[in-house]
Amino acid sequence: MATTATILSGFGEFEVRAGPGPGQGEGLWLDRDEAAAATGWSLRPEGLCRGDVCVPVPKGREGVFAADGNVNLKAFWDHMGMPAARSRDGDVWALGEAADNRAASLRSLEAPDFTLPDLAGVAHSLSDYRGKKVLLATWASW
Amino acid sequence: MSVWQKLYDELQDQNFIIITVAMDSRDDAARPWIEAAGPSYPALIDRDHRVAELYNMVNVPQAVWIDEDGRIIRPAENAGAYEAFRSLDRTTMTVPEDKTATAAAAKATYVNAVRDWALLGPASSHVFSADQARARTAAPDADIARAHCHFRLGQYLLRQDRAAEGREHLAEAARLHPASWNIWRQAAEPNETGLAAGADFWERVDALGDDYYYPPVAMAGMPE
Repeated sequence: MATTATILSGFGEFEVRAGPGPGQGEGLWLDRDEAAAATGWSLRPEGLCRGDVCVPVPKGREGVFAADGNVNLKAFWDHMGMPAARSRDGDVWALGEAADNRAASLRSLEAPDFTLPDLAGVAHSLSDYRGKKVLLATWASW
Repeated sequence: MSVWQKLYDELQDQNFIIITVAMDSRDDAARPWIEAAGPSYPALIDRDHRVAELYNMVNVPQAVWIDEDGRIIRPAENAGAYEAFRSLDRTTMTVPEDKTATAAAAKATYVNAVRDWALLGPASSHVFSADQARARTAAPDADIARAHCHFRLGQYLLRQDRAAEGREHLAEAARLHPASWNIWRQAAEPNETGLAAGADFWERVDALGDDYYYPPVAMAGMPE
């Protein structure tokens, strides 16, 4: 990996060794372990997997998706129809969740967990308050 | 926020908690408001609007009711706000008294419903069945999912002092998700009082025509 990149995912912000990889286009190649830590998706013999879900590497195009213990997250993200946005230089990537997954999650009625800081910087997770009725209320200064 | 503190003081022994989330990306924009309210419940800051992404929210105040098992029993909805400001006389900057009264009634109706739920739990008439909650869940589409990626990236770039590039991504986010006032107002330049309520804001409000800015909450007694 020639350079470093920042990945913004549902897990947080991650500095990783990453590069565009061989060939043309907007690849995001990084070490499989770093990819798993940053996104929850791990490269296995079956494909790219998260929990019980595995997305096989398309036959005949293996080299576009994975090589030498590295994985092209950009190629997988496109293949899975997941949203992504990159900075002009390709040094910052926001890797999002597919709308269908979000929709399914909301329709399951299981409240999505999150962790956010208060003014003192103390992190609170919604799941910390399991066992109570929670009114989750948004506001803004603007 | 003081209305929430009062409610929480009253109901904190009912196995009930309030968590407020400030959709505020600018450093310390939320701080004076929170310090003034002095909340004893968690008052969180969401600079990347993660909660809006997860719960498909588009404006503030929106709220979600979550039961003891972590189940959504009322999905994201307007938390009792009434759009009295749309009757603002823009020369005298006053709102007609009847509209102010309606706004107060709407908020009181919502707060009373929360109290009812905190006291009665599932027996409250304001608790939706699973089918009702699902039917009222607005699901995000692909453009909305992309919008949140651009918003996240844009906010990150702004924090890295890459303002011009960051603003391009915020603009793209607003373009992809035009229904989100959260995205658009966060990206808009604040006026001298910190509000994203300049001429652009009023143009967008006027463009709503007969549509709501705060859709009325589906709740008995709620004014429309």
